[in-house]
Amino acid sequence: MSLSPSPRDGGEDIELQLLLEALFQRYHYDFRHYARASIKRRLVQARDQLGFPSLSALQDSLLHDPATLPKLLNYLTVQVSEMFRDPSYFRALREKVLPHLRTYPSLKVWIAGCSNGEELYSLAILFREEGLAQRTLFYATDINPQALAAAEAGVYPLDQVRKFTQNHQKSGARTSLSDYYVADYGRAVFDKSLRDGVVFSDHSLVTDAAFAEMHLISCRNVLIYFDRDLQDRAIGLFRDSLARKGFLGLGSKESLRFSRHAAAFADFDRDDKIYQRREP
Amino acid sequence: MSLRPPLRAVAIGASAGGVQALSAILPALPVDYPLPVLVVVHVPPDRDNALVPLFQSKCRVAVKEAEDKEPALPGVVYFAPSDYHLMVELDGSLALSSDEHVNHSRPSIDVLFETAADAFGPGVAGVVLTGANSDGANGLRAILEAGGQGLVEDPAAAYAQAMPAAAVAACPAADVLPLPAIAPHLLSLAPVP
Ligand SMILES: C[S@@+](CC[C@H](N)C(=O)[O-])C[C@H]1O[C@@H](n2cnc3c(N)ncnc32)[C@H](O)[C@@H]1O
Repeated sequence: MSLSPSPRDGGEDIELQLLLEALFQRYHYDFRHYARASIKRRLVQARDQLGFPSLSALQDSLLHDPATLPKLLNYLTVQVSEMFRDPSYFRALREKVLPHLRTYPSLKVWIAGCSNGEELYSLAILFREEGLAQRTLFYATDINPQALAAAEAGVYPLDQVRKFTQNHQKSGARTSLSDYYVADYGRAVFDKSLRDGVVFSDHSLVTDAAFAEMHLISCRNVLIYFDRDLQDRAIGLFRDSLARKGFLGLGSKESLRFSRHAAAFADFDRDDKIYQRREP
Repeated sequence: MSLRPPLRAVAIGASAGGVQALSAILPALPVDYPLPVLVVVHVPPDRDNALVPLFQSKCRVAVKEAEDKEPALPGVVYFAPSDYHLMVELDGSLALSSDEHVNHSRPSIDVLFETAADAFGPGVAGVVLTGANSDGANGLRAILEAGGQGLVEDPAAAYAQAMPAAAVAACPAADVLPLPAIAPHLLSLAPVP
């Protein structure tokens, strides 16, 4: 056994491990199995920007100062999103998935890791355009309370809306995005009727239980932040939450290929990462 | 000169003029090149994936787009997909993320280099090629600080000087080479067994 410390760092990986453990034991936020390279970059950024000399000092503050937790969560969870992000995904939902969903009298859709709501509003608009909004209940979930509050508010900087509008058009839009918001001092305030059938809820794919009988689960750019074991947990949760022949949509660089649960799903649209639950 | 630990990977960053510069390097690698080669090129997000087929047709080594959580294998060139950061995990596998832009870029060269330095320590060689910004300079410094090797395309002869010049300024210990000398240098760092 070598007694010399790893040349790679001055114990920073140990501090990181301990910080994540403290966060879990104290607040039950479990980031211990998130993909390490990304979480490390973000923790180092939090340490520097919040003004702590070390991750251990940040941990001390986390345990003793309640104000530190929400600040840290904003570093640990990545809130990068867009409406109709990857338009071809939404086009595939529109053209290939919705024709199946149309055959059900009532629908349940789960947006897992909804961030500030961009993906939720995209789906709400898509379902309205396709005449399915009335019969649909949307569950929008995330672990970051600030993100959930922003999703519930539905207000976005106007300078982002240009990109949202282009994306919406490329998704095969039947309406104009401007039908759904009013501009107000540099912000776009989305129509609150889009939230009529929406339930917002704090839910973690790491520590919480399955939902029941979903027809569509859209979980995009969340699994990419998990390690393989955690991905398997979440995918197992999706399997258990889907109705017979329900659909699962992932982010464009995510797939079920390496998952233990791959056999429970069929490829429905390989390019757009849409899967369908096989008959159990 | 002291004995260096063997290299485990090469990481390359390029921006403006990068396709031409990479065309002078990647096709020169033999099919059994003993290291994985990780590449970040700044390309506009909508012009996706054109790099992979282009270099597949030019190269003897295998060329593919990096996928999340795949192992990095020797003799394979991995391109970061557009609009995702490419990172290396401690076990040497690859990871993608849609974290915020770094240096106005996603993928960012600094992100690749810093995580490669973390994962491979002295076992990585970082290469900064032509470009009109300063991405890669901090990352190359991290590689050198971890004991790895730094190579920079000679700014004086580069298509765009700013990026290699920033790398040289941040990393005085890096080797500065004209473009035609870079592939032979990479071959000498990792001789085919
Ligand atoms: C990069 S955003 C993706 C937003 C949106 N789905 C998209 O694709 O644009 C990732 C989101 O996942 C959330 N998240 C992270 N860990 C989670 C967990 N364990 N359970 C549920 N959501 C989580 C983060 O708070 C963040 O809002």
